[in-house]
Amino acid sequence: MVEELSQAKPQGDAEGIPLLRIDAVVKKFGAVHAVDRLSLDIRAGEFFALLGPSGCGKTTLLRMLAGFETPDQGRILLDGKDIAPVLPHQRPVNMMFQNYALFPHLSVRENIAFGLKRIGMSRAEINHRLAEMVSLVKLDGLENRKPDQLSGGQKQRVALARSLARRPRVLLLDEPLAALDKKLRESTQLELMEVQRRLGMTFIIVTHDQEEAMTVADRIGVMDAGRLEQVATPRQLYESPRSRWVAEFIGDVNIFEGQAQSGEAGRLTISTREAGTIVVTRPSEPISKNMVCVAIRPEKIKLSRRGPASDALNINAMNRIEGTVIEMNYLGGVTSYKIKLDSGAVLRSSMTNTARIEIDAYHANQRVVAWFTPDDCVVLEQ
Amino acid sequence: MSARFTFTRPARLAAIAPYLWMLLFFLVPFGFVLKISLSQTAIAQPPYVPVFDLTQGLSAINGLAELSLDNFRLLVSDNLYVLSYLRSLAVAAVSTSILLVIGYPLAYAMARLPRRWQALAMMLVIIPFWTSFLIRIYAWINILQHDGVLNKFLLVLHLVSAPVVWLSTDSAMYLGIVYSYLPFMILPLYASLAKMDPALLEAAEDLGASRTRAFWLVTFPLSLPGIAAGTLLCFIPIVGEFVIPDLLAGSNSLMIGQTLWLEFFTNKDWPVASAAAVALLLLLVVPLALYDRLQRRRLEQAR
Repeated sequence: MVEELSQAKPQGDAEGIPLLRIDAVVKKFGAVHAVDRLSLDIRAGEFFALLGPSGCGKTTLLRMLAGFETPDQGRILLDGKDIAPVLPHQRPVNMMFQNYALFPHLSVRENIAFGLKRIGMSRAEINHRLAEMVSLVKLDGLENRKPDQLSGGQKQRVALARSLARRPRVLLLDEPLAALDKKLRESTQLELMEVQRRLGMTFIIVTHDQEEAMTVADRIGVMDAGRLEQVATPRQLYESPRSRWVAEFIGDVNIFEGQAQSGEAGRLTISTREAGTIVVTRPSEPISKNMVCVAIRPEKIKLSRRGPASDALNINAMNRIEGTVIEMNYLGGVTSYKIKLDSGAVLRSSMTNTARIEIDAYHANQRVVAWFTPDDCVVLEQ
Repeated sequence: MSARFTFTRPARLAAIAPYLWMLLFFLVPFGFVLKISLSQTAIAQPPYVPVFDLTQGLSAINGLAELSLDNFRLLVSDNLYVLSYLRSLAVAAVSTSILLVIGYPLAYAMARLPRRWQALAMMLVIIPFWTSFLIRIYAWINILQHDGVLNKFLLVLHLVSAPVVWLSTDSAMYLGIVYSYLPFMILPLYASLAKMDPALLEAAEDLGASRTRAFWLVTFPLSLPGIAAGTLLCFIPIVGEFVIPDLLAGSNSLMIGQTLWLEFFTNKDWPVASAAAVALLLLLVVPLALYDRLQRRRLEQAR
């Protein structure tokens, strides 16, 4: 609960008019619904991520916001006004393109100033804004280079500066870091957040990389087949996925199907074929069907040689399953285990390597007890 | 930055091949032409006084004194040559401009077709090459002549009351040149337009440029190398064009190619014809050298 509170982000007026309202938007390419009756509100000052597998329609949605595609149905409201008739070059929205789309014949300076010249800024104003942008994205000294003479990371910065220079109401970022290597991507994610916070701008990022979405975004919209599966904070998305699809898409998860029965106060008992009876906390929304699945994240599953030492200390450790370790993978910070249960099902568990010395590691063929609390489980309808 | 390549033996041979080709089929013949241009006309077979004859061995050096620049002096002093040079340049400039104005929109349209249609459009541009160039020019004569297809068509539609003179006019010549050289303009333009990332135009629009402005600010400057290539590819051969003006244009003013032909075959004045050819080559080397410098500067910038 405490963590839940600390997770609260500084956000604009949640009650007032959202900055951007996407209202039942449909976009078809031939017979395929790229975006299918999708509705979403985005608040001013928010860093929002659209996350989904490739082909889920997230880029199409972004391109509709930029004006490169027009919705077949539905409306897109910016500050309460429908922007459907507004041409791309007149929208107060800018986009950072996936492969940056820098103008190869123009210098860094001319690339960044391109959008400023179009709104008839004076030379002095342009120079002022240019200097501001160059220092914001740390491009000092490279102003006269051509895009060909820049590294991938530098190009990414020019693209960011160019799209920010006009101070758009909304900045759209289409897989902005996909072309960078892992280390550079991670540091650039932090820089993006820093820039967004400093300018107080609204960012919408499209990505297929869930870690990236979790890192940068205040809220994430998970998309599949043109629909939003869930819109939530990164924590909610991971700990309280709304559907089995989301649970499996975000991170690793163990899923057991079973029959739900009422248990003692605030609990449900699920009898599963693969993992026996699992006691779970009753979800806040009532379950409509009997057949449900239980989702448990691997790091919530603890292993021990004999089971928790004392029931008094682990009053909630009421779910225990015995099995044999069949695989262990040491990954540095964590070690992941695969445990074969007596039913034949495989359970995944990951344990943080809190001690440097190999003291509590398990080895293959060892019998272990896997245990977790009712709170560790999420009950999902099929 | 200087890069040194060390080639293995077969690779070195391959690298030499183009130079050998140039030596055998361009420099050596050019040497002959240059030699003839420096000699005097004679009633003989071949019709010039042999100078600097290498078969005479070392004594050929003495022949150096016999070389004369008289033919080149004649080129400058007789305005027949100067005029035909100027006419050639003017015809080439006008034709190339028309080609650019027609070729650019065509190449642009081709580059914007869906991928699968682009190959077909390319075929349509290239297909005329399957028929002999000469036959296609004769076909134009057929179309343009007094009782040709064009006049018949116009008469039937009552657009004209009497047949119009098309053939043996400058218009017919320009038509023939533009028709023949269009693929050479379209293909380099298409190549430079097709490889352009469409996201660049979206970026320009996104940053507040209307479609028209985006064209002038992004597409056009990025297609300049294609324009330069297409222009040179058309301009240079048009300057030396002989067949089209000879068959389609009137005979009142000549292009340098026609003058050359006259000197060579009618006047049998090989030395003057050779001098004219050498001068033409030098005249054309200048724009080529400029283009080369432009390219090199671009490459250096890209580094």
